[in-house]
Amino acid sequence: MTARATGPASQDDTAPEFTAYGADWSDVAEEATRLGSQRIVINMGPQHPSTHGVLRIMLEIEGEVITEARAGVGYLHTGIEKNMEWRTWSQGPAFCTRMDYLASMFQEAVYCLGVEKLLGITDDIPERASVLRVLMMELNRISSHLVSIGTAGNELGATTIMTTSFLAREYVLTIIEAISGLRMNNEYIRPGGVAVDAPEDVIAALRALDGTMKAKMGELGNLILKNPIFIGRAKGVAYLNLSGCMALGITGPMLRSAGLAYDVRKEDPYCGYESYDFQVPTSDDADAYSRLVIRMEEVYESLKIVRQCADRLETTPGPVMVADKKIAWPAQLSLGGDGQGNSLDHIKTIMGTSMEALIHHFKLVTEGFRVPAGQVWQTVEAPRGELGIHLVSDGGTKPYRAHFRDPSFNNLQALSILCEGGQLADVVVAVASIDPVLGGVDR
Amino acid sequence: MSSHDSLEPAAPDRDGRPPLTLLPVRQGLFGGSGDTSGFGGLTQSVAMPAPASRPYGEWFDGVVDILEELLGDRASDAIEAVIVDQGELTLVVARDHIVEVCQHLRDDPDCRFELSLGVSGVHYPSDTGRELHAAYHLTSITHGRRIRLEVAVADADPHIPSTTSVYPANNWHERETYDFFGIVFDGHPSLARIAMPDDWIGHPQRKDYPLGGIPVEFKGATIPSPDERRQYT
Repeated sequence: MTARATGPASQDDTAPEFTAYGADWSDVAEEATRLGSQRIVINMGPQHPSTHGVLRIMLEIEGEVITEARAGVGYLHTGIEKNMEWRTWSQGPAFCTRMDYLASMFQEAVYCLGVEKLLGITDDIPERASVLRVLMMELNRISSHLVSIGTAGNELGATTIMTTSFLAREYVLTIIEAISGLRMNNEYIRPGGVAVDAPEDVIAALRALDGTMKAKMGELGNLILKNPIFIGRAKGVAYLNLSGCMALGITGPMLRSAGLAYDVRKEDPYCGYESYDFQVPTSDDADAYSRLVIRMEEVYESLKIVRQCADRLETTPGPVMVADKKIAWPAQLSLGGDGQGNSLDHIKTIMGTSMEALIHHFKLVTEGFRVPAGQVWQTVEAPRGELGIHLVSDGGTKPYRAHFRDPSFNNLQALSILCEGGQLADVVVAVASIDPVLGGVDR
Repeated sequence: MSSHDSLEPAAPDRDGRPPLTLLPVRQGLFGGSGDTSGFGGLTQSVAMPAPASRPYGEWFDGVVDILEELLGDRASDAIEAVIVDQGELTLVVARDHIVEVCQHLRDDPDCRFELSLGVSGVHYPSDTGRELHAAYHLTSITHGRRIRLEVAVADADPHIPSTTSVYPANNWHERETYDFFGIVFDGHPSLARIAMPDDWIGHPQRKDYPLGGIPVEFKGATIPSPDERRQYT
């Protein structure tokens, strides 16, 4: 028998098939009783509101108990890694930012850190650019965790948890938009630095955010942490201990919920994380509830880093792009009446006064810079775990190969062990506790 | 430009094999080679980093020593080359020994690479007889180290033993590498495609697979696929 990933849930072509649309369960149950079939395979997704996107789960059940759970992925595969091989190194962030769409900054950051490592310019990145990278990553971590917490509540029927956390997320996205110009898919972190410096009023906004977010997080905590229904649904559910996590390569909040304080920001710091003061929250319960608590605690830790970033932005002047004009993207952005675009002064200079500047601009934008041949491996701590990139250069102006090790892709492997032997209704809790983003899984 | 991106031929490895050459000669290109006159024919040979010789530096010697001791007389067959580049240690491992090497790296107390971060494939069509490469990235949380294992196989015989018995985490990663490169991982519990449909023909991440692999229809317009547009290499 050939193994199939996307075929029907059951290999048996003669098995009876039911399609339920809701409100017709009694008809389906009656027909199943009439046929007297013992084996029931349920297909959940890929279009299902509680599967965090287009995840398909094939469940074999006995009564309400899951005997086998398999995950089917690939429905959102768009060939981003292949596309990146046809684009210049500078165009890469525009592609990889769209993979895990809730954690854009981390993918841009890991890609740019990889390119910079290949170029050998890791130490030349201006201090202010690194601070802005850390700031954006931590803001992004907050917004991503808020989606995770909100959807976890929503999938259990608690819409208020969702509306509260999505409102809180909106405050963060407003600041991300003020800095990068976009709420999501930012393409803000570029090889050599960041696209544009933060506006001056953003520091005041960051200070205001601190109080707003703490109030909102307190509200969320009151809604969730002592709620007997939520505790009943999440405590002791989707259990995976430390050895299980290590065998399956699980990282992020799931691994930390099993008691190991493994965080790439501490173990293998990048962007100057070693100089920030923050804690790595852990738990020993290894269940869905503890993972949610860890995500909430991580929001507070990220706020702590955001405060430190705001302080540093005040005292760290300077460029936000590497000094080497052969690498630095020549974007001189400014805000005009019709939105953000190239600065008129810059256009005037290259078009009117300097032929060499025009040629240089043209060459760098169309052809791009060359990166010495070799391969690197770089990882960052994304909201869902360790995000890695395997970047290969053949000495040309485009990546020879860019492979992303997405944490959701890896962590979804744990779905079977989390669900099997448990209740059917707990599948939703298990998926929410993994917090997969299918854009990142399928790429 | 770093030292390995030059016209000088790099040193052969311990078996006298020349270093991996991606594109033997690249022509008609300014920059990189230092020749801006054009009289040199604008040629540039591009090679991947050459194998290193001892001492490798940092903790690298220690891990290679342990591995050679544990492998015994199989060590010279198993470890084809040791490459140190960008502060990263890469062991090029013969495919027959990859599972054993993984086992030692995971279980030896002085190695303890307990976390596997997956398998990635790379297709080098010009590396004759070793076209398909699989790269394994391992992390030791105990010692705070990272290592890369690389296995190269021929396009005509794309078989590598599966490492899922040592690292269950590699299950989906090997499926992905099979899906995109056609590397068959023998002994994998269920080597099905993971991203592409089951009945898909071809392996899309190979270099001979075009980017516009399937035609995209636009009403009243033809747009060349990105791989058919003008390219700068």
